[in-house]
Amino acid sequence: MSSTGTGLRAAAAAGGKPGTVAGKDVAARPRDTASTQGRDTRDGWLFLLPYLVLFTVFVIVPAVFGLWISLHDYDYTLPEKPFVGLDNYTGLLTGDSPFAAPFWSGMQATAIFTLASVPLLLVLPLAVALAMNLRFRGRNFFRAMYFAPYVLGVAVVAVLWRYLLDTNIGLVNSYLDAVGLSGAIPWLTQLPWAWVSLVGVTLWWTLGFNTVIYLAALQDISPELYEAARMDGATAVQRFRNVTLPGLRPVLLFITSVTIIASVNMFGQSYLMTQGGPGQDTRTAIYQIAETGLTSFNSGVASAMSLIFTVFLAAVSVAVFYVFRDRDAR
Amino acid sequence: MTRLSSTVTSRRQFLALTAAGSAFALAGCATAQPVASTGPALSGAYSGPPVTLEYWNGFTGGDGPAMRQLVADFNASQDLVTVKMNVVQWAQYYQRVIAAVHAGKGPDVGAMHVEQLATQAARQTISPLDDVVTELGLSASEYPAQVWDAGTYDGRRYGIPLDVHSLGSYANTALLEQAGITDRASTGEELQRNLSALVAAGVETPFWVPNRWPAHLIFLSLLWQFGGEPYAPDGGSATFDSDAGVQALTWMTQNIDQGFSPPNVAPDSQYTAFKNGEGAVTWDGIWQINDLQATAPDLRWSLAPIPTVGTEPAVWANSHQLVLFRSRTPDDNRLLASKAFLRYLTDNSAAWAAAGMIPARSEARETPEFRASPQAAVADAIPSMRFLPTVAAVGEVQAQTLETAVADSVLGRAEPAAALSAAAERATALMQGNLQKFER
Repeated sequence: MSSTGTGLRAAAAAGGKPGTVAGKDVAARPRDTASTQGRDTRDGWLFLLPYLVLFTVFVIVPAVFGLWISLHDYDYTLPEKPFVGLDNYTGLLTGDSPFAAPFWSGMQATAIFTLASVPLLLVLPLAVALAMNLRFRGRNFFRAMYFAPYVLGVAVVAVLWRYLLDTNIGLVNSYLDAVGLSGAIPWLTQLPWAWVSLVGVTLWWTLGFNTVIYLAALQDISPELYEAARMDGATAVQRFRNVTLPGLRPVLLFITSVTIIASVNMFGQSYLMTQGGPGQDTRTAIYQIAETGLTSFNSGVASAMSLIFTVFLAAVSVAVFYVFRDRDAR
Repeated sequence: MTRLSSTVTSRRQFLALTAAGSAFALAGCATAQPVASTGPALSGAYSGPPVTLEYWNGFTGGDGPAMRQLVADFNASQDLVTVKMNVVQWAQYYQRVIAAVHAGKGPDVGAMHVEQLATQAARQTISPLDDVVTELGLSASEYPAQVWDAGTYDGRRYGIPLDVHSLGSYANTALLEQAGITDRASTGEELQRNLSALVAAGVETPFWVPNRWPAHLIFLSLLWQFGGEPYAPDGGSATFDSDAGVQALTWMTQNIDQGFSPPNVAPDSQYTAFKNGEGAVTWDGIWQINDLQATAPDLRWSLAPIPTVGTEPAVWANSHQLVLFRSRTPDDNRLLASKAFLRYLTDNSAAWAAAGMIPARSEARETPEFRASPQAAVADAIPSMRFLPTVAAVGEVQAQTLETAVADSVLGRAEPAAALSAAAERATALMQGNLQKFER
């Protein structure tokens, strides 16, 4: 223990650079007189180890295993798991498999939800963050209120809103009726209303998270920049465009990626609020994969679906990074 | 300074051990199959060493307290066997129990829906019980024939019937009186007449038709009433798009067209509306009895068999059946103790009426306590109760196909005939795939 303690103190003295800790210690041993670089790599691996273990066990191994499963007619409850080659993939891609139509309709549902929710989840939280960044009475109260729904679990949110949005016995329609509007909107049972509800509820639920990130970034922008802009006679709009937005650019990449990932992974809301309905129109890709693999035990097809889905996700991620990298280069 | 390096090695060793361990565990998962075994014959009471049994079921609703009481009574009745009950929602129960048994961590005893027995047997989760039935002295004569027969798959018995439960027709008696209705409808015409009278008496929407649960149970009941069958008995094709199926689904949508039901009835709201006094008549499972008594104590209601809308009386029914799970390492003492527990449950199944269910054992339905229960009225319909055929994985197929077709028609998004034939085509494809899968 004492030696580790000394090492840490030494590290603190050396400015906390990770390499120095063990570097100093190991140097005391005669057999280890190799170059600093060699020792640094070893230390790097040492610091990586804890996460590398988790990453290997929970990401790399399952991913490779999933690839292997997708090449078999795999049902873990049955002793025979025959090799089928690429049949699971071709069945899905050509539409011959009975699982193809539901899968592609799930992909379409995921696309609809992502396209509808991501822009709103990028813009509205920014507006809220700008408002919350102003000085006014009760600011902390509102900040807390906007963040509050985010601490709820998806089950709580979905069950709550399922009852509020019920067409015939729900509070929302009852209030709409009371103020003289149509009180018969099929919020959860017809399109496009089901999408309106799912996007709206997701917005209400997760808006707070993006707002907090924006708010932190806004507070990071140096006030001198605003002051200088004001001296130059910039209007509020010009200050927003030329000071605020460039200042937010670093977090925009983060917020955009995180929001897209959260949106394409949407499952709980439609599982609990619409049960994938009307029909199966709000069943997302994840919903369909879970249904195929976990409920019907067709793990082979479900793994193939996951890998096709992964390819799409990778393409979207590359596009996002490209968009942001391009701007940075300018 | 050697401490740090020793930490490195030990961590590496740990890593290697972990990796080796997980590889071993994975290999174990891939090879070991659960073995079907029912152990030596049980004669008299269990007399081995003390054991603790795991008993899994999905009695989360009004039926939960009744089962907990039965287990407590069994534990108090003797000293050697302790039963620990684990309740998992039915929706997750079947996936979870399959995973548990195949991971070698399965329970000893369980309750299951009869329509799942074929699936669970094909997935090697439960043991055949033909010997156990003989040992416990149970015989077909003590049970209604179709309930008893529904517990078999591929010529072998997998479940011991605990109860039967079916759809029933609930009515709000205050609203019926308001409309001057004295008798519960027993035919489709009578129901229509009653509904018209209710509308005339100011009940705007007396009969709510849901688009999801229990919509497909209503559909199946009507399909059987019109003389159809949902699936071929050999499990090779879906036949719910027959004329009978179209007639059944059309009848459901007509209730919406005629204004007896509001459109767009979301999951659960048909039952909630009935509790709130907005619907006068609703078809739902008898498992709602305890919930109605607990959560709507002021509501006056009655329960009757569903009327015969088609050409012959028929109603969808299901049965909770007791099963023994397979294990990778069967243990004779646990199996003997499990059988003692099964015997206790079947001997005391009259107490299970407290769950709002109809005990499967005929003698348990003759007790004065049961005759006084609300579900006794539905028990008279036992001869017309119909069960899904014992086809492996038919429930999974049904959830993906038939239920969607019913929902689409009820929501007015598709014509019944078109919706049913598209769903039946897909169901047939899935069932063919399952046949191949389970035969190999």
